[in-house]
Amino acid sequence: MQISLSVNGVSSTHDVEPRQLLVYFLRDTLGLTGTNVGCDTSSCGACTIHVDGDSVKSCTMLAVQADGCELTTIEGLAAADGTLHPMQQAFHENHGLQCGYCTPGMVMAATSLIEEQPGLDEAAVREGLEGNLCRCTGYHNIVAAVLAAAGTTDTEVSLAGTEAGVRS
Amino acid sequence: MNATGTDELTVTEAADTVDQAGLEATGNGDAERMFGQRRLRREDPPLLTGESRFIDDLDLPGALWAVLVRSPYANANIGSIDTSAAAAADGVVAVHTGAELAEDWANPMPCAWPVTDDMVNPPHHPLATDAVRYVGDAVAVVLATTRQAAVDAAEQVIVEYEPLPAVADPEEAAANQVLVHPDLGTNVCYDYDVTPDPDAVEAAFSAAAHTVSERYVQQRLLPSAMEPRGTAAVPEPFGGNITVYSSTQIPHILKLMLAITCGVPEHKVRVVAPAVGGGFGAKLNVYAEEVLCVALARRHGTPVRWTETRSETAQATIHGRGQVQYIELAADDAGKVNAMKVRLVGDMGGYLQLLTPGIPLLGGFIYHGVYDIPNYSFKCQSVFTNAVPTDAYRGAGRPEATYAIERAMDALARKVGVTPEELRRRNYIRPEQFPYTNPTGAIVMDSGNYEPSLTRALEMLGIDDVRAEQQRRRDAGDSKVLGIGICTYMEMCGLAPSRTLAALKYSAGGWEAATVRMLPTGGVQVVTGTSPHGQGHETSWAMLVADQLGIDPDLVEVLHSDTAISPLGLDTYGSRSLSVGGTAVHLATEQVIEKAKRIAGHLMEASPDDLEVVAGSLQVKGTPSKSMTLQEVAFAAFAAHDLPEGEEPNLEAQVSWDPPNFTFPFGTHVALVEIDTETGDVRLQRYIAVDDCGPQVNPMIVEGQVHGGILQGVAHALWEEAVYDTDGQLRTVTLGDYLVPSAAETPGFELDHTVTPSPSNPMGVKGVGEAGTIGAAPTVMNAVIDGLSHLGVTAMDMPASPQRVWSAIQSAERPTAPQEGSAP
Repeated sequence: MQISLSVNGVSSTHDVEPRQLLVYFLRDTLGLTGTNVGCDTSSCGACTIHVDGDSVKSCTMLAVQADGCELTTIEGLAAADGTLHPMQQAFHENHGLQCGYCTPGMVMAATSLIEEQPGLDEAAVREGLEGNLCRCTGYHNIVAAVLAAAGTTDTEVSLAGTEAGVRS
Repeated sequence: MNATGTDELTVTEAADTVDQAGLEATGNGDAERMFGQRRLRREDPPLLTGESRFIDDLDLPGALWAVLVRSPYANANIGSIDTSAAAAADGVVAVHTGAELAEDWANPMPCAWPVTDDMVNPPHHPLATDAVRYVGDAVAVVLATTRQAAVDAAEQVIVEYEPLPAVADPEEAAANQVLVHPDLGTNVCYDYDVTPDPDAVEAAFSAAAHTVSERYVQQRLLPSAMEPRGTAAVPEPFGGNITVYSSTQIPHILKLMLAITCGVPEHKVRVVAPAVGGGFGAKLNVYAEEVLCVALARRHGTPVRWTETRSETAQATIHGRGQVQYIELAADDAGKVNAMKVRLVGDMGGYLQLLTPGIPLLGGFIYHGVYDIPNYSFKCQSVFTNAVPTDAYRGAGRPEATYAIERAMDALARKVGVTPEELRRRNYIRPEQFPYTNPTGAIVMDSGNYEPSLTRALEMLGIDDVRAEQQRRRDAGDSKVLGIGICTYMEMCGLAPSRTLAALKYSAGGWEAATVRMLPTGGVQVVTGTSPHGQGHETSWAMLVADQLGIDPDLVEVLHSDTAISPLGLDTYGSRSLSVGGTAVHLATEQVIEKAKRIAGHLMEASPDDLEVVAGSLQVKGTPSKSMTLQEVAFAAFAAHDLPEGEEPNLEAQVSWDPPNFTFPFGTHVALVEIDTETGDVRLQRYIAVDDCGPQVNPMIVEGQVHGGILQGVAHALWEEAVYDTDGQLRTVTLGDYLVPSAAETPGFELDHTVTPSPSNPMGVKGVGEAGTIGAAPTVMNAVIDGLSHLGVTAMDMPASPQRVWSAIQSAERPTAPQEGSAP
């Protein structure tokens, strides 16, 4: 089947197998390997991207369902000059990643989360990232990073007593 | 206060072997020094932008995709295998059975740890030939031009099995009623005994005022790195060399083992670990798929690759833990423990993987934990089961040991009638007892100072207020009760002194290698034998070298994880990378400095002894005007126009460092849980960790290691369990069934630390990768039991699921119900 879509601002048309998952279209056809595959049950969220501005696990969509959509993957998040997106920068500054495998999906989920819920607090971040699994960080610094990127002023309050909170 | 917002509590006087550079670094407050800074990681940008390449991201034109056909039976004889339909399918290049490949193996799959002379090790090959021994045991492999074609064709391979009775429970297996390998005549892999003085142990039990006798189950866990495994073997176009890319923690060990297993000369094999998405011990192994890819790439003369699916992970990648523990303590009237007896049943699974038999023994020498217990008996019988092989998972043997002693100490505290913290204080090995020869006689613990970590952790909790609230809720009959759990752990890590490994019958050594090379243009290359996969070695090793040379860390490149670039190394596991690999980097940098002093002294007509490193230059002490930059010295060493007599050109040094001892990090963790007694739901409200890993190179990275470790230990206690049914079917195959926690179940963590340098290496560093995991499971389970103790609950197995907690409450409330033994 033929689909036309925009990925990271680049429009193109492709023939795809009807059974092909969107994540494998991105990885194998477009060579955008920043979007990772961590499971086969839509549990882990490593493949999260933006479809028309909403975060979506790209293993839960067929490539044909993305026909006519505007997609953003982790490769399209930073500015053209390489300047990191504020969420990427917050993950860097808060040590919100270790092995980095969940990171692209986590960052994409987090950027859409803070747009949907301006001024969100720690509990909302934790609830909002429930669909993205990380095995390295214990989520502590991921939560700190997302709160920092959200500009939530009560970062220190919500992580009171912990080092991520004390360190501003 | 330092940069972490925490006070440093204690700096134990270190022995003379710790040099001043290392000790000064423990201050962490010296802004001039790179050692101890919270420097952001250079690893991050490519990982944050999708630029990094994990194994499945590699573009390998012409590579064939391998997909394995796996057994659906836990124990079965293999009848016929019909590969004709699969072989004829679109895109399929070949289908091979185990029998067809039998001649491709020079040796069976490696087990590097034959723990006893009479250990039973059934032959194990990448594909089974006559029989399968667990669900997931592979019987055939399909090679196709695309991943999809290989998956489709694998479903068309028809295998006839003759099912046999299976046994997945290790204690049932020990009874030898159902045999995993019928031709062996037994399920017992080995018996191991560490009992220096059996009579003294029995005498101590006879004389005891208090004894406790407990049984704990270490359920099987799925290590669950977020990146599934993968491998690609690429024959070079000429010369007969082969490059193997693998999602591995151990490129060096893998190179050696692939050579031995596949019969390829080792110097013809190059192993590269690309970006690796977590390991946690599960990628510290040599797997069938790695060996298969090499053999098939050689057979077909083309690249062959394989990527695991998550559902495959549960059946194809090792499991962690898997032990049944019996522990007894004998104490005097005041609760001072005089003897302990431990008996383990270790679950090996269907075959022995790289380190399988050694894992229970990594804890076997330290079941006494942080306590001065003079009389010791450890016995372990390990058995085969019809299940995925077990092997190293974060902590590997030491979380199990810590869990047993720390839960048993709480049980003893209840018998003696003192608080858990008071019982611990009465039994700690005292600071002045170090170096402490432990009761096995085989381990000398080089350092420790436990009490300050306990005091600080309880202070952070506000123990008095929390206990008051706990009592208030009990008195009010509140259905939501509070539980407080305490654990002081000690770990034996920094694997390892090679002579000790020899005594344990481990096949290799425990050294680590590093090369430090100053380039003529002023940059520095560090080549390390460690192989990071999230730990940030590039950042930390650059900090170490920059600290010693007084230069910008950005001038230091750290090269690793490619055996062509870093030919010597023993890789990353067992919290060894800093204390062994980092020490090698430190010592190589010292040698570079010494050589630079000789050359600069020659050129400046000064004695090398009169030179000192100041901000990237070698200065004559007291005469700052007389100096050369290290770059100038490096160029002089490169040009070699005017070197001291007998001095070799170039400014580099290579060190292989074998540690004289393990390191012994420790800490106290405290958890506060809220338990809904009506539903059995356990919520972790607070988690406090006061760890001591010695001087911290980069506290930000240390904290990250602790955070992640804690959550894995919490998950061990509350959520995770790889469940086999009685037929040997694994019921927890996906992340939908196996409960890796999300952020939503998790609180933030409250950390502090003490600093007690190790005297066993020049920087005094100890390692922190496993600390959180070791401390967390007993801390949380002690909290759960504490929370329910007023209801009469004294026993519970992990994970403390709502059903298990609720059932324990129900059975404890029935007056006739037994109070001991496992909950259902």
